[in-house]
This record gives sequence, structure tokens and C-alpha cells, in this order.
Amino acid sequence: MTANGWFQIAVFLLVILAITKPLGVFMTNVFTRKKTFLDTVLRPLERLVYRLTGVDETREMSWIEYGAAMLLFSLVSMLLLYLIERTQQWLPFNPQKLGAVAQDLAFNTAASFTTNTNWQAYTPETTMSYLTQMAGLAYHNFASAAVGIALAIAVIRGISSREMKTIGNFWVDVTRSFLWVLLPACLLVSLVFVSQGVVQNLRPYDTAQLINPYQTQATGADGKTTTQTVAQQTIAQGPVASQEAIKELGTNGGGFFNANSAHPFENPTPFSNFLQVVLIFAIPSGLTYTLGRMTGSPKHGWAVWSAMTVLFLAGVLTVFWAEARGNPLPAGVDQTPSSLQAGGNMEGKEVRFGIANSALFATVTTDASCGAVNGMHDSFTPLGGMVPLVNIMLGEVVFGGVGSGLYGMLVFVILAVFIAGLMVGRTPEYLGKKIEAFDVKMAMLSVLVFSLATLALPAIAAVSPRFGTSSISNPGAHGLSQILYAYVSATGNNGSAFNGINSNTFWYNTTLAISMLMGRFLAVIPILAIAGNLARKKISPPSLGAFPVTTPLFTMLLVSTVVVVGALTFFPVLSLGPILEQVLMTAGRSF
Amino acid sequence: MKNNLLIAMRMTLVTTLLFGLIYPLAVTGLAQLLFPGQANGELIQKGGKLIGSRLLGQAFSAPGYFRSRPSFAGTGYDGGSSGGSNLGPTNKILISRVQVEVARLKAENPGVPVPVDLVTASGSGLDPHITPAAAEFQVPRVARERRASEADIRAVVTRHSLGRQFGFLGEPRVNVLELNLDLDAAYPSSR
Amino acid sequence: MAAQSKAKTASLSDPSIVGRAVLDSFRKLSPRLMAKNPVMFVVEIGAVITTAELAHDFWDRSRGIGPATGIGFGLQISLWLWFTVLFANFAEAMAEGRGKAQADTLRKARSETTAHVIRANGAIEEVSSSKLRLNDIVVVSAGEFIPGDGDVIEGVASVDESAITGESAPVIRESGGDRSAVTGGTRVLSDQIKICIKSNPGETFLDRMIKLVEGASRQKTPNEIALNILLAGLTIIFLLAVVTLEPFAIYSGAPQTLFVLVSLLVCLIPTTIGGLLSAIGIAGMDRLIQRNVLAMSGRAVEAAGDVDTLLLDKTGTITLGNRQATVFTPAPGVDEKHLALTAQLASLADETPEGRSIVVLAKERYGLRGIELSAQSPLFIPFSAHTRMSGVDLDGEEIRKGAPDAIKRYIQERGNKISSEVEEIVKSIANSGGTPLLVARNRIVLGVIHLEDIVKGGMKERFEHLRAMGIRTMMITGDNPLTAAAIAKQAGVDGFLAEAKPEEKMALIKSEQAKGKLVAMTGDGTNDAPALAQADVGVAMNTGTQAAKEAGNMIDLDSNPTKLIEIVEIGKQLLITRGALTTFSVANDVAKYFAIIPAMFAAAFPQLGVLNVMRLHTPQSAVLSAVIFNALIIVALIPLALRGVRYRAAGAEALLRRNLLIYGLGGIVSPFVGIKIIDILITSLHWA
Repeated sequence: MTANGWFQIAVFLLVILAITKPLGVFMTNVFTRKKTFLDTVLRPLERLVYRLTGVDETREMSWIEYGAAMLLFSLVSMLLLYLIERTQQWLPFNPQKLGAVAQDLAFNTAASFTTNTNWQAYTPETTMSYLTQMAGLAYHNFASAAVGIALAIAVIRGISSREMKTIGNFWVDVTRSFLWVLLPACLLVSLVFVSQGVVQNLRPYDTAQLINPYQTQATGADGKTTTQTVAQQTIAQGPVASQEAIKELGTNGGGFFNANSAHPFENPTPFSNFLQVVLIFAIPSGLTYTLGRMTGSPKHGWAVWSAMTVLFLAGVLTVFWAEARGNPLPAGVDQTPSSLQAGGNMEGKEVRFGIANSALFATVTTDASCGAVNGMHDSFTPLGGMVPLVNIMLGEVVFGGVGSGLYGMLVFVILAVFIAGLMVGRTPEYLGKKIEAFDVKMAMLSVLVFSLATLALPAIAAVSPRFGTSSISNPGAHGLSQILYAYVSATGNNGSAFNGINSNTFWYNTTLAISMLMGRFLAVIPILAIAGNLARKKISPPSLGAFPVTTPLFTMLLVSTVVVVGALTFFPVLSLGPILEQVLMTAGRSF
Repeated sequence: MKNNLLIAMRMTLVTTLLFGLIYPLAVTGLAQLLFPGQANGELIQKGGKLIGSRLLGQAFSAPGYFRSRPSFAGTGYDGGSSGGSNLGPTNKILISRVQVEVARLKAENPGVPVPVDLVTASGSGLDPHITPAAAEFQVPRVARERRASEADIRAVVTRHSLGRQFGFLGEPRVNVLELNLDLDAAYPSSR
Repeated sequence: MAAQSKAKTASLSDPSIVGRAVLDSFRKLSPRLMAKNPVMFVVEIGAVITTAELAHDFWDRSRGIGPATGIGFGLQISLWLWFTVLFANFAEAMAEGRGKAQADTLRKARSETTAHVIRANGAIEEVSSSKLRLNDIVVVSAGEFIPGDGDVIEGVASVDESAITGESAPVIRESGGDRSAVTGGTRVLSDQIKICIKSNPGETFLDRMIKLVEGASRQKTPNEIALNILLAGLTIIFLLAVVTLEPFAIYSGAPQTLFVLVSLLVCLIPTTIGGLLSAIGIAGMDRLIQRNVLAMSGRAVEAAGDVDTLLLDKTGTITLGNRQATVFTPAPGVDEKHLALTAQLASLADETPEGRSIVVLAKERYGLRGIELSAQSPLFIPFSAHTRMSGVDLDGEEIRKGAPDAIKRYIQERGNKISSEVEEIVKSIANSGGTPLLVARNRIVLGVIHLEDIVKGGMKERFEHLRAMGIRTMMITGDNPLTAAAIAKQAGVDGFLAEAKPEEKMALIKSEQAKGKLVAMTGDGTNDAPALAQADVGVAMNTGTQAAKEAGNMIDLDSNPTKLIEIVEIGKQLLITRGALTTFSVANDVAKYFAIIPAMFAAAFPQLGVLNVMRLHTPQSAVLSAVIFNALIIVALIPLALRGVRYRAAGAEALLRRNLLIYGLGGIVSPFVGIKIIDILITSLHWA
């Protein structure tokens, strides 16, 4: 671990701290329909959208209608994506003449992008046309992020409103997320990315003539090994920057290329990398302030922010430490940091990012439900790879996905308030709202859905040699981690992977798609129900006897709740996956 | 509910048009206008033919060149098939692969520990860089092959070394393709 | 506190209650009863499964009797799982025990009596008390039991209510007013009264009370329901974690036995709180009963913990019942002693508490003994509503005392005026919240007596405590706003309602509730009934009217209005106890993981021994120790569950910090110690 590494992480955190309040205030104004500096341009566009779509912007919705509208929008847009994938061979912007995407893969991908997961069971360069990438995949990066933000806002409204039957209008919230929150930032940021070297074009792939052709051995279909000379390099192109911006800002994470943000065309410089991690946390961090502002308790927003920060720091510290120590198994390799190299475990990592930025990226991308990667988690040390896994297992509530992180954290807030709230001798209260049986039931339901999908499906896969373990690429304890990571990532709508696993099979494509849909929609409906239920309640005035949700003590309590619930659920399986692998690696075992 | 279904369909179409087509095409236009070089991949032409991208690494096997890191993109540095090895830290294949590389490198520069990036594959398989340590490790061999002094070679290496961006971001690195192109110009080797 | 309530403070040391509880804990093993408690039901199923597995192993010795599957190990696990269930049942039975013992006593009071019913034609008919109907009129004479609940409509009697309240001193019950309610099963000691019966058989106060103390009609309270959902949810999650662990273990090449898996499950699910939850609820109600408060629903007890605003009547609650003379302030040129003597003379025949306090003050301050006046043939003038004065005519002198305006008029009629100095004194006393009384002798005003409301000792501190707990107190008084403000300040309440009429009281409750606050109040009169019903916690005095008792959701048998504060504390204590044990239970899991997980995989992966931070001896001893700890902790916490976590009046933040430290951090640390000790013990005993 280097001082400069720590410095970069510190600067990152300071930048996040600095943008939280302005973004939070901005989003509050957007969703409470106060004036913003973008209104002159965007308000006419907004009106146009309403006119074209038939939205009545004055209409208020109950939580049930809000949820139904959200489901309908997701369903329709998911179907359109499926359609585009299946028909891309006939559609424009396909210079590589790529064929239709296979049925199960197309379904998996449609579910993946609609749910903000961006799990990629395919190699984009050889599967998806430019049109599919732009109008299908990148579009869903916008749409799923806008839906996430809208849901979070609806939940905040539920907490802050007093004896109301409605929680806002879904279409208005989504449209304003699209236009105010996502569009301007993406336009700007994508151009900054281009300036750093992220490509943005519609040209066919280029072919370069190598100055030093090399020989490679290939095994043909007949099993014979032949030697071939490679004298050319394919250079994949495409409209990358426009997707890159929303991929991070919307915590989507679906790479334009297979290597995602490790690819030099997606993430060419340390600055582009820095910008990417900042973008991932930007909206989720800002939403904590929006929470505080809309509920009239900015300190509560900061208390939640602090809890997230504590968990973030714990994660990044662990990965940085574990990766910087390197892999003890190969002998004769210099892994110590010096002025000439970053050292550590460099398998799967880029030289320009080194250990610190790879650790930071891995932590940030899994704290949030982003899933973009700038290094291959599969090749991290067991402990270093466990942190991303655990981050997702905790429910991606450390800033989390846009919107989903906040409303996911609110489930833990409710559980924390309920368990500990009794200890102050009152019916547990959250910001003046009594937490009662219905709220607890819904919160538990949401947690249950997550545990079910993340434990039951991998358990089946782990004992099924024909379709489950056959996809594993790393034997032993690491293989279990691969299976586990796949389902945890899918259910958590993260999308990163222990990428060695061959998930493009019928079993994985379908079960992972189901996990993604469960993790997004089944988990959010109970949360909307809580929002609707809270909205109906009275707010009791703050008093000394009320449960404090603005203090460091609360922050600590929230952190403990997240860790305890997550740890208690997943500790057994972790002990057979990464923990076992770590102790075996320390003992010098390989598989 | 029926009304919301209709809105959902119209909203999908309108926003797809706006964010799936108009937005990326607008960005493409602006990018091509403002940053034409970057927007197209910072391609390098030599003698009228395309020989690569400044941002993408290439494999170099001839002893007179600085070698790039091992790559698992396709058959190696295939820009159409990016990706890493995805081998786990306790995977025997990884360990033995690294050991083979270490043995080969030790043979050409005995007594010096092998920098880790030279024997590990990058995540993209297209990493254009090696660490200054990895460059330094190769200096004696390249100097030998190109019949130049190590100091001369080091000077070329230094020209293609990048420090941390803004003084603190990222890690120091050396662009292998550019370094080798420059070497070919400055110290043509016999191959 | 009454004598009887001491007797019913049963504890773990009471052999008869413990004996009954032990029997009950076996009776409660019935799956029909267990199913109501999902956490413990899972444990029972686990016990059944391991027992069946044990039997299978026993008959089929060929099944793998590896290191972790020895009969001895399986037997011990099965036994301890059964113990876990039994311990939880025992806790509940203990909590019920006290109530059951008390119910037996009450039942004796319910024995049938003969009632003398007065029919419409005036005839008296003897009827069994169980045949009495609503609005029957009965006559009860000295020595007879009152046959049913009702209101006295004629006569006065002293009644022995000790069967219900435990208070042996008889109380007066009379027709009209607020002391008209009588309870069936109590006994008339003197005189004869006519009673209008207000309840049907089987619905009497005594019947309800028996059901309440027995816990027969106990329904889960809202927080308890919510907590049960949380516990059930956690149980399902852990069930998932354990069930899926087996496939993962098979993948890793370290499959587990049923004994170990069930042990892990039972240790993880929140058995501590699951086993004690209903005991906590029953004990909480019981604590109220011990303080002679009957809560008609558990909901009310919980609401008491949530109360934001207390409405307290001034008289009798905040102040001592009556005003007392505290100062004599003479008019200019008058000797204070002279004033005192005159005031004493004017009050000699005044039997009101105020009058007596004047005599006492004169005696204390100036050593003025009551002068023997009979020789001087005094003519005492009693207080009348018309003159609003009292006094004495003595030796041709007219001595009077009374309200300032009355004396003013009296003097004016005799051609004199009150000096401006005296007016000043009167005004300043009124401003300070006191009541001025003027003393006159032969049309000359001698001075002013200061009557003061005396705030009960310690009230200010209590209100400060309440404030620290986040509870506001409002004083309700019929006084004028000026007086009310002064007393409110002196007593340290947060607000007051002066010149209060019942409808204003009601309006105040509604406005507080509209702000989202919960309101508690006490009341006894019929005109309090609507407000008692509206309040979230309405405590009716047992001496009060039947209407008030029907309207409130609690009845204080001691009729002590200050008890509201205790009720609030009991409500809070109940909630805190639940929260504390839940936190403790969940926190315990950390240590159990560190005991069981390394033990499970020790054989296949000795390297995982690094997780065995407690350095437990063998895998079997580790699993067994965790299971034993899990069972014993329930027993260890029974006293806490029955007694309740100690409550300190403090703000939420302070309470939370303290309880998190004790039950959160303590919950993490204590099992590490406990399991290690058990491990050492059972290893030295060669159990594992």
C-alpha cells in the first residue's frame, strides 16, 4: 500500500463529499418542481414529452399505481430491447454485420439491462451491433437509472409526507430524472471522456498491420494443433463515450467492450478512471442529501452518508491491503511496491491504474450496483475478491445503485430503527413515523427475496455437475465463489462477475435473468408498499424521547445492522468460498 | 391501468428516440468535431498503412523489442476480443504459467527479480503499458540486441515514460508500442 | 402499596409457582401451542428431527458413526434441543404463574351470593347473583357482599374492597358524585345502600380482572406482532442459510451431519428473544397489576410507553389536595401578631382545610393557642355561598375573613374603604398564584392571609425526568389563568389549561393528537369519560364512576393519579426489555458462527482453524458448547425478562447508547466467554 494510493482514495472521497450537497439540493429542486437553472431549456422539452406520451403531470398516484406504472414501463421497454436484439441483423448501424442474438442470451440481456444489472453473458464486440448498443443497451442505461431515481424519490416522499394517500407521479419523476439529472451530465461528461481518448464513432472495426507479427498455436476442430502467424490487429470501434458516461452515472456498468473499463478505449487514462469512480457515486451520494433535505432533516441525510462512507472505507482498505500484498504462490516474482512499479497482484489489472485505483474501482463499483470493472475480480486475491462479493451481499447499500442504493439502505434503516428503537422505550419511530408490523413485514420480505435468490440458486448449481459446476473455470474454493458471485451479482443488479465462469449457457442465462428480475422488481415492490404506508401516517413531532436518527450513534447502529444482517446470512458460504481459499492460499495450496 | 400501459408504450418510444438515437448521434457529431483524433482511437499510421492505436498494446516477440505484458485477448492483443485470463489466484494454470514466464525472463536477465506486471496478464488484454520497472528489466536485453548502450536505450524509455496524471493520478508507465516504434527509428536492429 | 400485592410478588424462589411452571413447560410442548411461536416451533421440529435421526442411528449401527456422529454426541445435541424448547416454555409458564395464583384468589371472591332485588312494585326478591341483569336494583346491607358491579343510587356505606385492591382500609361509597361505583365481590361493612346493577353476568369487573391477570384474554400487542414478524423473517433467512450450506459443503467435499446442521440452525435463529418474548409481555402486564393497575389491553400498556403528553389534574396530583395558609401580611400600622390572632379567631369554627391551616399557621408562627372562648359566648358565623365570608362575633366585635371582593363589599356597607396598600398586597398574592383572604375587625381591614397551593414534594424533579424522556406535562385546573400560571411555574410543568371545562379538556387532547402526539390522562368523574375514551392512555380511578371506568383503558385500583407516571415507565420498560433482548439475541450469533463454522469444516480443512478464535477443544465440543450456551442463556435471562430491564429516565440518545453498550456489545462479547467456559467444562467432564 503506497502513500500515493491512499492520497488518491482520500481525494476521491473529498470530491464525493464536495458534490453531495449541490447534487442533493439540485435533485430536491428537480423533484419538488422548484426552479433550476436548466428549466429554460428543459421545461419545453418536458412538456413535449408529456404531450407526445399523454401524461397528465398534475395527477398523483397511490403506491400501487406508481408501482404498476413502473412495472409496465420496465416490461414494455424490456420487450423492445429483446426485439432489437433479435432483429439487429436487419437494422441499421451494424457495420460488422452481426447476426441475431440467441433467444436465451437475448432474454438474459434484456432482463439484465432493464434491471440496471448489465450482466453480460456475451462478448459485445462480436455480438451486439452499434444500434443494439445505442438504442437498446445504452438506452436502458438511461431508463433503468431514471426508474431507480424515481423510485427513491417516491420512497423519500412517503417518508416526508403527512397523511397522504399518494407518493407522486411515476411518469413525471421518470421524465425529470431523464431530462434534468441524466441528460445534461452525460452530454458534458461524454465529451470529457472523448478528450481523454474514449472513442466515439460509427465506423467499422479497423485492422492494423503488426510491426512484429507473432506465432500462435491453435487447436483445430480435428484436434490437431497448428501454428498460425498473426500479422494483424483488429481494432474494435463504436459509439463508446456516449454509453460510457451513462454507464457510470447511472451505475449500470455494462461495458461497450468485453473488458469493460479495463479496455483502453473505455477508460484510457487515470483521469478518465477517476472521473468514472466519481460518476458512480455521484447520484447515490447526492440522494442521501436529497433524503435529508426532503424530510427536513439534513443531519439524517449526513448520518446515512456517514454510514455508507464507513462501509466504503472498510471495503477499500481491505481490497487495497489484500491486493497490495500480492499472490504468495508464484516464486521469483517481484511484487513489492517501489518508485518503478506499483507491485502487488497485477493479474487482471492495468499498469496505468495499478493497485490503488483497481482496489478503489472494485470497491466503488460493487458498493454501488454499477458492475463496471477496470480489473478482473476473478483474478483478485481471495480476500480482495471477497470484498466486492460482500459489498453486493450487503445489498449494495454503500451509496448503492442510483436510487436503489438509497431505498435499499432505507430497508436497513427501518430494521435498525425497529430493533434498536424499542430500546429507547417507545414504539420505533423513523423521522416521526411509527414503524409498525406492516412496515417490518415488507422490509423483511425485501431482505428475504434477496437471500432466497442469492442462496438457493447457487446451492443448486454447486451440486449440479452437468449444468452448474461445468461452467466453472477455476477449480476448488474459487469455483464456488464464481457461482456465488454470479447469482449475488445478478440478484443485486450489479453485473460485475468472476468472469471466468461460462455463464452463456441455458441454465445460467435463464436462472440469472430470473435472479435479476427478482432482485429488482420483487425487492422493490415491498419497499414501495412501505413508502405508501408511511405516507399515510402522521408525523409525531421531534422530542427528546424520539429515536435519534441524526447522530454518530445512529450511524454506528446502521453500519452494524447492515454488517450483521449481511454477515449472518452469508458467513457460512463465504467461509467455504473466499475465506477458505484465502487460508489455503496462505498455506501454499493451489488447485 | 390501461392508460398507464399506453403511456408506457409511448414513453418507451419517445425516450428511445431521444436517448437511444438522438443523444448518441449528437455526441458522435460533437466528438468528431471537437476531438477527431481521440474519437477515432488515436490511430497510428506509418507509411500510409495503419499500424495500431496509441491506446492499444501489441504483442512483441522479437528480442530487440520491449515486450508487452502477457495477453489473453483472443490469441493475444486482439482488439476485437478484449479480456483477461480470469484465472483465480490459486489456479494451478496461473501459477505454472507465471513460473514459466519467470524462468524465461530470469534466463535473459539473471539475478534480477522479475517485475510482476511482466508475468501477469492485464484485465483488458490490451494494456499498452508496462511499468518503469518492467522496462528497466528489459533494457539490458534490448541494448544487447540493438547494439546500443543501456544508457541510450534508457533515454528512449524515459521519452516514452508517463508520470502520474496531474502528479498524483494513476501509476507511472511506459507505452510499449510508441517506445518500440521510436527504437526502430533510432536504433534499427538487425532483428 | 397494598399488602396483597407484596404477597403476589412471586419469584423464581417461590416453590409452588416454579412447580406449576415446570409441569406447564411440558404441557406447552404440544405443537398446536408451539406453532404460535415460530422461532421455538422451528427448534422443536429440529429436536424431533435429531431425535429421529438418533433413533435411526441407534437401530442401524452401520450408518457412519464418524467423529461427529457418535451416538453420545447426537444424544446430547437432541437433549439440549429439547431443553431449549422446555426452557422457553418454562419462562412463559413462570410469567403466567404469578397471574394464575392471583386469579385463584379472585375467583374465591366471585363465589355466588344472594342478591336482594327490588322489583318495580317495590317487592324485594331473593335472586342468585349470577341471575342479575343490567339495571336491576338491589339493596345491600351491612355484612353482605355486593352482588354485582353498579352505581350507588341511594345511601352511604363503608365498603371493604380489599378483595380487589388489596387495600384493607374500608372506603366510603355514596350515591351521586364521583364515588358512587361499587364492584361485585366487595363487602358492605356498615349501613345500607341501593345499587343499580351495571353489568351482565360473566362480564363483571371481577370476571374481566380474572381473565386479565390470568393472561387468558391476552392478545399480542402491536409491537409484539411486529417483532414476531421480524423474528420469523430472520428465522427463514437462517433456515435458507443453513439449508443451502449443505450443497455448498458437498461441493467443497465436506458434507455435514444432520445433528450439526440442526445445531447451527438452532444457534442462529433468535431463540433467546423468541423464547422469552411472550414471557416479557405477560410479565409487563403483571408489573402493572402489582402496582394495582389493571390494563384492559396490552395495546394500552405499549401506548403508555409512547406517550408524548401527560394531562395531570392539578388538585391531588400536582398539589396537595387543599390550599394552605402560609403568610400573614398585615395592613400598614397593624401588628402582624394581632393579625394572626384575629385570623385565628375568625377560623376557629371553620372546619374547612383552609380554615384549619390558618389556625395551625398562627399556632406555629406565634405560639397562639386556641383561646377558650366558650365563656365569652361567641357567635360563630359559618361560611355561606351568599356572603362568602366566615367569622365570629365576640364581645360585640365583628371579626370576619373572606375573599377580597366579599370583604370589600362588607366594609363598604359599613362606610369604609380598603387602603391602596392592602389592594397592592392582594394583587401581588394573586399574581404569585396564591389566594388572598382578607381579615377584618370591626370594619377595619387588618391584613391579608396568603393561601397557597402546595406543590407535592418531588414533583418538579419528576417533571424534569419526564422532560428528559421527551414527555410534556400539562396541568389541568379550574383556577384562573393567573393562578394557574404561577402554580404551573412552581411545579415545573410544561403547560397548563386554566378554567378547564370537560369540553376544553377534550379539545386539548384532540389538538395534541392532531399534532401526532399520544396523550395520557387520569380521570374519575362521569364528565371525564369522553376525554378518557379519547386519550390514548386513559387511567380511571377505581373510586370513580362506572362511566369513567368504562371509558378508560386502565383502572388504578389505588386511585392515585400520580401513578400515571409509573405507568408510563412500565410501558417503556416493557418495550426496552423486548428491544434489548432482541439485540442481545442477534448479537449472540457472531460468536456462535465462530464456534460452529470452523468446527464443521475442521476435518476437511484444518486451515479454517484460524476462525476458531475461542480455541475450542474439538469440533464436537465446539458445536455442543454453542448449543448448550444457546439453551442456558434462555434460563439465565428469565429473571431479566420477568423483572424487565432497569429503566432510567433519560433521553432517547442516552438510553440507546447505554442499552446498545450493554445488550449490543455485551451480546457480542458474552457468548465468546460463555461458550469457552462451557467448552472447558464439558471437555473436563468428557462429554465431548
